[in-house]
Amino acid sequence: MSQSKIKFSCRDVRVAYSGKEALHGIDIEIEDQGVTAFIGPSGCGKSSFLRVFNRMNDTIPGCKVTGIVKMDGEDIYAPTLDPVLLRARVGMVFQKPNPFPKSIYDNVAYGPRIHGLAANKAELDEIVESSLTKAGLWDEVKDRLKDGGTGLSGGQQQRLVIARTIAVSPEVILMDEPASALDPIATAKLEELIDELSKKFCIVIVTHSMAQAARISDRTAFFHMGNLIEYDQTSNIFTNPTDSRTQDYITGRIG
Amino acid sequence: MNSILILICVTLALTAISFVFARQKARRQLAVAAKTIHSQPSYHGWFAGLMSGGLAFLALIVSAFLSLSPLFTIVLMVVLAVLGFFFAMNRIGADFRARTYVEYFIKSILVLCSLIAVFTTIGIIFSLLFESMRFFKEVSFLDFVTGLDWSAQTAFRDDQVGQSGSFGAVPIFAGTFLITLIAVSIAAPIGLMIAIFLSEYASVRAKRIIKPTIEILAGIPTIVYGFFALLTFGPFIRGFAESMGFGIPTQSAFTAGVVMGIMIIPFVSSLSNDVINAVPQSMRDGSYALGATKSETMTKVVFAGALPGIIGAFLLAISRAIGETMIVVLAAGGAANLTANPFESVSTVTFQIVTLLTGDLEFDSPKTLSAFALGLMLFVVTLLLNMIALIIVRRYSAKYE
Amino acid sequence: MSSSPSIHASERALKRLKKRHARERRFKVMGLSAIAIAVMALIWLLYSVIGTGYKAFYTHSFTLDVEMTESVLDPTGARDPDALRKSNYRRIVQNAMYERFPDVTDRKAKKELFDIISTSGAPNHLRQMAYNDPSIIGQSFTITVPTSDDVDQLLKGNIDRDLDESRRKVSDRQIAWVDQLMETGEIKSGFNKGFFVNPDSRDAELAGIATAFLGSLMTLFVTALMAIPVGIGAAIWLDEFAPRNRFVDFIEININNLAAVPSIIFGVLGLAIFINFFGLPRSIPIVGGLVLGLRALPTVIIATRATLMAVPQSIRDGALSIGASHVQAVFHHKLPHAGPGILTGSIIAMAQALGETAPLLMIGMVAFLTEVPNSPTDPATVLPVQIYIWSSNAERAWVEKTSAAIMILLLVLILINGFAIWLRNRLEKRW
Ligand SMILES: Nc1ncnc2c1ncn2[C@@H]1O[C@H](COP(=O)(O)OP(=O)(O)O)[C@@H](O)[C@H]1O
Ligand SMILES: [Mg+2]
Repeated sequence: MSQSKIKFSCRDVRVAYSGKEALHGIDIEIEDQGVTAFIGPSGCGKSSFLRVFNRMNDTIPGCKVTGIVKMDGEDIYAPTLDPVLLRARVGMVFQKPNPFPKSIYDNVAYGPRIHGLAANKAELDEIVESSLTKAGLWDEVKDRLKDGGTGLSGGQQQRLVIARTIAVSPEVILMDEPASALDPIATAKLEELIDELSKKFCIVIVTHSMAQAARISDRTAFFHMGNLIEYDQTSNIFTNPTDSRTQDYITGRIG
Repeated sequence: MNSILILICVTLALTAISFVFARQKARRQLAVAAKTIHSQPSYHGWFAGLMSGGLAFLALIVSAFLSLSPLFTIVLMVVLAVLGFFFAMNRIGADFRARTYVEYFIKSILVLCSLIAVFTTIGIIFSLLFESMRFFKEVSFLDFVTGLDWSAQTAFRDDQVGQSGSFGAVPIFAGTFLITLIAVSIAAPIGLMIAIFLSEYASVRAKRIIKPTIEILAGIPTIVYGFFALLTFGPFIRGFAESMGFGIPTQSAFTAGVVMGIMIIPFVSSLSNDVINAVPQSMRDGSYALGATKSETMTKVVFAGALPGIIGAFLLAISRAIGETMIVVLAAGGAANLTANPFESVSTVTFQIVTLLTGDLEFDSPKTLSAFALGLMLFVVTLLLNMIALIIVRRYSAKYE
Repeated sequence: MSSSPSIHASERALKRLKKRHARERRFKVMGLSAIAIAVMALIWLLYSVIGTGYKAFYTHSFTLDVEMTESVLDPTGARDPDALRKSNYRRIVQNAMYERFPDVTDRKAKKELFDIISTSGAPNHLRQMAYNDPSIIGQSFTITVPTSDDVDQLLKGNIDRDLDESRRKVSDRQIAWVDQLMETGEIKSGFNKGFFVNPDSRDAELAGIATAFLGSLMTLFVTALMAIPVGIGAAIWLDEFAPRNRFVDFIEININNLAAVPSIIFGVLGLAIFINFFGLPRSIPIVGGLVLGLRALPTVIIATRATLMAVPQSIRDGALSIGASHVQAVFHHKLPHAGPGILTGSIIAMAQALGETAPLLMIGMVAFLTEVPNSPTDPATVLPVQIYIWSSNAERAWVEKTSAAIMILLLVLILINGFAIWLRNRLEKRW
C-alpha cells in the first residue's frame, strides 16, 4: 500500500438494525489520498458501513454502531464528539439525487449559510460559484441560479448535490452509488468529476459496478454478507484476488 | 307515519314472497343445465322480487302523492306486485339473463347513492339562495355587506319594539374575523409545532402516547368546549384580568377564540403531520449530511417543501373556525359590536344564524330571512377556502409522487 | 489536502456551533411546550367537567310520613281519576312537614320549611301514586322524595355556611332543620337515579337526561340507517363502477367539499327542505337523524373509499378470473375484505354525529320537553342539545347537572370510539 496518511481507522465495527447485525466487525484503514471504493453484492452492508463515517446511521431509528472509528486519530463515536460538526467535515452524496426544493443558488448556499462560512453576500456568491465550478455545473446553470434545483436533469442534479457538499469545505466526501440513477453519459461525466475531486478530497465511494471501481478507485474493499473479505490496491483486487469469494464476485458468479 | 311503515313492510313482504317462489321455480326448471346457464336460480328470484317489490313501491309512492286511502293503496300495491311477479315467472328459463337485469338494478342504486351527495350540495345552494333572494328583495345586498349596524332581533330591547331592525352585517363579519384570527393564531403555531415534534423528535413510543391524546381533543364535541369556555375559561380570564386591575367580560371574542383555537389544534396538527411526513426522507438526509441540525433541517428544508401543504392545512383550519358554532354561541357574548378589541362581546355569522333560526320563525320577515343570507355568505366563504386548500394540497402531493 | 485544520474547527465556528445547538434545544422545547399546552388544556377541560359533574351522580332525599287526607284530596269521595289529578297534593306535603316540625308556626318559617323539600317533586310523586292507585287516599305512609336543589347543594358543601345569611340561598333556620334531619337519617344521600330516568324539568333536583338520551339513540338510529348504506353504496360505485370522466371528478370534489361544510349549514338545509318545504314537524328525531345523516354521509364515503382502495386489486381480479361478474366480484370478494374497515369508519362517523349540536338547533330539537319520546316521530332532544339548554342556567345545581350530562356524553363517545379502535385492531387486515 502507499505511504499516504490514514484518514479513518476502524476496529471491530459492527452495525445492527434493531438488534439484527448487518456488519460483523470490520477492521479497515482508509487513506486520505485518492479514492477508496467499496464493492460487494447488494445487501452486504456497503451503505451501512459508509454511513458509519459521518454518523448518518444515528438518524436511523434502531440502528446501533459499535467498535472504534477514528478520524485523524480522533474517535468520532466519542460522546464529546458533535455529529453536526463531523458531518460538516465529512460530506455525503446519495444514490438518488436529492436537491432541496429550493433554487439552485439556495441549494448550494444552504450549507455555507447554516455553518456561517460567508461573512457577506459577495463571499457567499463566491462560494456558490466556485463550488458549482468545481462540480462542473457552473456553465450550465449560471444563467438560471434562481430556478428550482429539482428542474435539472438527473446528472445535473447529482452534480448540484456534489456542489452543495463541497460548498461546506469538507475533508472527506462519501458517495453511495452516486451514478446508479444516471444514464451512461452522465455517469461518465460524474466519474470524470470524481477523478478531479480526488485531488482535493478524500473520497470513499460505494459502487455496484466493478468496472466503475476499476476505473476510478485507487483502493478497493470487497464486502460480503456483512464482512470485509478483501482490501487492497484496486489493481491487485481485480487482477489477483486472494479470496475465492472476491474472485467469484468480480467474475460475476455472485451478486 | 305508522301506516307508511306498514305499507313499506307489505312491500318487503311481497318482494320476499316473489323471490322465494321464483327461485324455487327456477331451481326446478334449470336443475338440468345448472352449470352452463347464465343466471343462477337466485338471480331469477331476485329479478322477480325486484319486479313485484318495485311495482308495489311505485304504487305506494303514487298513492302517497295522490293521498289515496290506505286500503286502496294496499289493493293497488298487491295487484301490481302480482302482475310483476307473473311477468317475472314467465321469463324464467335457461336463456333469460336475469343476472344482467339484477346487476343493472344494483348499479343504478349505487349511482343513486353517489348522487345523494350531489343533491345535498344542490339542496344547500338552492335553499340558501332562494331564501336569500327574498331577503335581498327587502334589504339591498350593498347595505347588507357594507352596513355598520346590525340589530336583527328587533324586539330585543324594549326601546326597539316596532323598529324594523337594521341589517348591516359588517359587525358580524368583523366579529367572525376577530374570533377566527384569535383561534387560528393559537391553533396554527401550536398545531404545527406538535406536528413537527411528532414527526421529527418523538420516539415511536412517545408518538404512540402523544398522538391519541391529542386526538382526544378532536373527538370532544364542540358543545363541551363551549361549556368549558363559558364556565371555566371565561371566568378564569376575567379573574386573571381583575387581579391585574382590568375589568373584562366573561364572554368575549378572546374567550371564544382561545377555546376554539384549542379545539382546532388537533385538526392542524394531524393535517400538518401528514404534509410533513410526505416530504421524502432523502431531503432530510441531504440536510443532515451537510451538518445541519434537526431544527435547521426542519425550518429550512422540510418546511420549504411542506409549505404549500401547510398553507392548505391553515386554510382548512380557518374555514373550520369560521363555521364553528357552539363555542361562539356560548362564549362570544353575542353583541353585534364593531370592534377590534378582543375583550369585548362580539357576534358572529354562526351566532346570528342560531339566534335567528331558533324560536319562532317567520319566513316572510327579513329577520328570519337574514339568517339565510348569512348562511349563504358562510357557505360561499368556507367553500372557497376548502376548494383553494384542496387544490393546493393536491398539487403539492402530486409533486412528491 | 486536509493537513491544515478544518475551517469547521476554528474558534469562530465552534462558538457558532454552540449557538446553533442552543437554537436546536429551544426549538425542541417549543415542540414539547406545544404538546404540553394541548395536553394541559385537555386535562383542565376534563378536570373542570368531572370536578363539578361527579357530584350530580348522588343526591339527597327526604323520607317523610304523609297522610293522604281524604278531605283535602277528594272531598266528594268519588275517586274520579281526572279530579284526583288536580287535587292539592302540595297541601299534603306541607301538612306532613308541619307535622314533622310542630313548633314551626310563623308563616315565613313555614314557607322556608316547605322549601327544604322539592316543592314540585314531592307533590307530583304523591299525585302519581294516587293516580296509579286511588285506594291509598285516606291512608298514611312514608315517601322518599328529593330535597330541594339548594339543600342538596348545602349538603354537598357547595354553599358556604359562614356566609352572611342574606347572601346565601338557605337560611340559618333551614340549615338547622337540615342538620337535624341528617342526624336522624330522615335526609340521606344516595345514588341519583332520577338523573338517568327523569325527563327535563324546570327544577334542578328533578331534571334528568332520559329524554335526551333516548332522543340521541333514536336520532342516531335514523342517521345510521341513512348514512351508512348510502355512504357505502356511493363509495363502491365511485371506487369500482364509476367511469373516469368530468362528472365523476365533480362528484368526488363535491364529496370532499361537503365534508368540510360547517355543520350548521346542514341544519339550515334541514330547516329549509324537510321542515319548510316538506312540512315535516320540528323537533323530531327522524328529521334530526336525516340532517345528521347528510352530515355524516361524506365522512362515511371517504372512510369507505379509503378502505376499499386498500384492498389489493388481486382479490377482485382473482374472482373475475374464475368467472364472477363484476358486481359479484365486488360484493362477494372485495366488500367482505373491506368490511372491518368500513365498520370502523362508520362507527367513528356515528360518534361524530352523536356530538353534533348546531344542526339540531336549526330544526328545533331545542324544545323544553318534560316527556320521554316513544318513537322517532315524537318531539325529542339529544344529549348535546340538552347540555346546551342546561348551560344557560348559572346556578350551581344546574352547572353540576350540565357537567354530569357532559360526562355521560363523553363516556358514550369514549366507549364508541374505543369499540371502533378495538374492532380495527382485531379485525383489520394489513396488506
Ligand atoms: N434502515 C434499515 N433498517 C433495517 N435494516 C437495514 C436498514 N438499512 C439496511 N438494512 C439491512 O442491513 C443490511 C445491509 O444493507 P445495506 O447497508 O443497505 O447494503 P448495501 O448497501 O451493500 O446494499 C441489509 O440486510 C439490509 O436489509
Ligand atoms: Mg446500498
